[in-house]
Amino acid sequence: MNAKEGIRLWALGIGLGVVGFLSAPACLAEERFPPPDFDSSGYQIPQPATPQPAAHFHEILDIALLGAALALAAYLIFRKRSRQGVFWLMLFSVAYFGFWRKGCVCPIGALQNVAEAVFSSGLVLPVVVAVFFFLPLVMALFFGRVYCAAVCPHGALQDLVLAKPFPVPPWLSHSLGLLAYIYLGCGVLFAGLGSAYIICEYDPFVSLFRRSGSANMLLLSACFVLLSVFVARPYCRFLCPYGAVLRILSQLTRWRVKIYPDRCIDCHLCDDSCPFGAIHKTTLPEQAAPAWGKGRVLACAALLPLLVVLGGWFGARLAAPFSRLDSTVRLSDRIRLEESGAAEDTTDPSKAFRRTGQAPEELYAAAAAVYGRFRAGSWWLGAWVGLVLGFKLLTLCWPRRYTEYEADRSLCVACARCFAYCPGEKGLLVPKEKELKNEN
Amino acid sequence: MPPENEKGTSRREFLRTGLHGAALVGMGVLAGRLVTHSASEKTVWQIDPAKCIQCERCAVNCVLKPSAVKCVHAFSICGYCQLCFGFFQPEYNEMNSAAENQLCPAGAIKRSFVEDPYYQYVIDEPLCIGCSKCVKGCTAFGNGSLHLQVRHDRCLNCNECAIAASCPSNAFVRVPAREPYLIKGKEHA
Repeated sequence: MNAKEGIRLWALGIGLGVVGFLSAPACLAEERFPPPDFDSSGYQIPQPATPQPAAHFHEILDIALLGAALALAAYLIFRKRSRQGVFWLMLFSVAYFGFWRKGCVCPIGALQNVAEAVFSSGLVLPVVVAVFFFLPLVMALFFGRVYCAAVCPHGALQDLVLAKPFPVPPWLSHSLGLLAYIYLGCGVLFAGLGSAYIICEYDPFVSLFRRSGSANMLLLSACFVLLSVFVARPYCRFLCPYGAVLRILSQLTRWRVKIYPDRCIDCHLCDDSCPFGAIHKTTLPEQAAPAWGKGRVLACAALLPLLVVLGGWFGARLAAPFSRLDSTVRLSDRIRLEESGAAEDTTDPSKAFRRTGQAPEELYAAAAAVYGRFRAGSWWLGAWVGLVLGFKLLTLCWPRRYTEYEADRSLCVACARCFAYCPGEKGLLVPKEKELKNEN
Repeated sequence: MPPENEKGTSRREFLRTGLHGAALVGMGVLAGRLVTHSASEKTVWQIDPAKCIQCERCAVNCVLKPSAVKCVHAFSICGYCQLCFGFFQPEYNEMNSAAENQLCPAGAIKRSFVEDPYYQYVIDEPLCIGCSKCVKGCTAFGNGSLHLQVRHDRCLNCNECAIAASCPSNAFVRVPAREPYLIKGKEHA
């Protein structure tokens, strides 16, 4: 065999290999009708158009505007102490981040991308998503919930429509406030295991911002907007999972909202003005440190680990219903039904599965692996809920003393309403020393 | 104020400052790890035509109306058939573009004569609703040159793509934004 023949054989082999390689993915679309050669008409085969995604500068603009809005919110709240300024910033946020950018990217949803990137490797976390998630958190460590105050389109929309706030009794707002932590746990569980982004799926405002979506979601939007007229920021206070993270972090905030510019005279006008019930009254001497306080704190501290373990045990029971949210588990259940003859018809997913030619056993194994992850995940979710419950009990009976009217670090969304109500803000108060001198 | 109370306050302040610092450092480490770990490349949604089963969910489940999914024609693998199974009703009256003969409910496919016996089929995208009826016909009986793609001039690139969540065959995949299409027959072009 000479060199030429060898080369020819090699070329043939490579050629066959290439043909085989190319026809492998195209087996579903074999060329029944070979594309013609146009010679008489001089027809040129066109290329399909491929319109490109929005340019990169959009993201840079989003990040810049987020940073600017956060800085401006902090300036308006801490320096200018201006409710009016906050109001205009809210309008901007609803218009830009809400209706113009259609509510995406937002940190509430970004939470799930971060959870998935942390727990299941291999997911690409775009820089813009990371910035949207972390920037408001860092701000919360310095200025409290300034993101909630005027930058979040969800919060701003609810705040803008709030016309007639009805106070929510403390027992109810404390209990409903726990829902946000549970929702956060569920969101992290389902996104972390790569099964579903429930926080995005059931977001009540995004379909309003887009002015499209299923009838149910639009109805839910309408309900939430209507509810926000009478109940102050229902989503922020009772459901928002990102708000739950911000509540925790703003406990550690460097600077906090100070209601009075100078000194508090216990007039409780601020307390009346706060629609969120986030202002603590001055502790009266007879209320301070009740005798049973210590015992109760110790009992709650002892209860905490018990609640965690109990929650974990209970959570693990819920692994089966939780795992049904995963499409692999659902498909595996369906195929099992069809294989056993219990179901005679087929569904679109089962039809698609049959087309792949995969063996049902492989699918069962994959579903079992997913279920195993859900068992562990549900345990952690349950334990988290137990921990949240335990901590809530502990903080409720922890004796606290307030020497003046004070905004709660985590519940205050820095809406700046109380500033406008404080008589000290308007210069109506005379400093204490002068008052005394005049009397003398 | 009694001295023990002051001590309590400063202890609390110390604890708070410590936790504050720890939270900052923790977040910095997490953010740094996440961003350096991932290629930090933007991704967009796309349909893998090899997995698509033409279930018609794309037309109804997108948050946009009409859907961001449209039919795309890969001309390079088209047979330019006179009798196109993506264009004509299975029981057409005559082989012409009268409405009753067309499969497309939106009349979004334009048929034009090229040379005997070949015809060109072009998608009028503003009319297309992404229902995949033509895709089904073309895939079942023709070359499969008609196929669905997410059009990125329309797609909002939702975090949770509503169609992906309901796609029965997991045909929705995230692809890098610099190559946002999975057009069929690219290897022939």
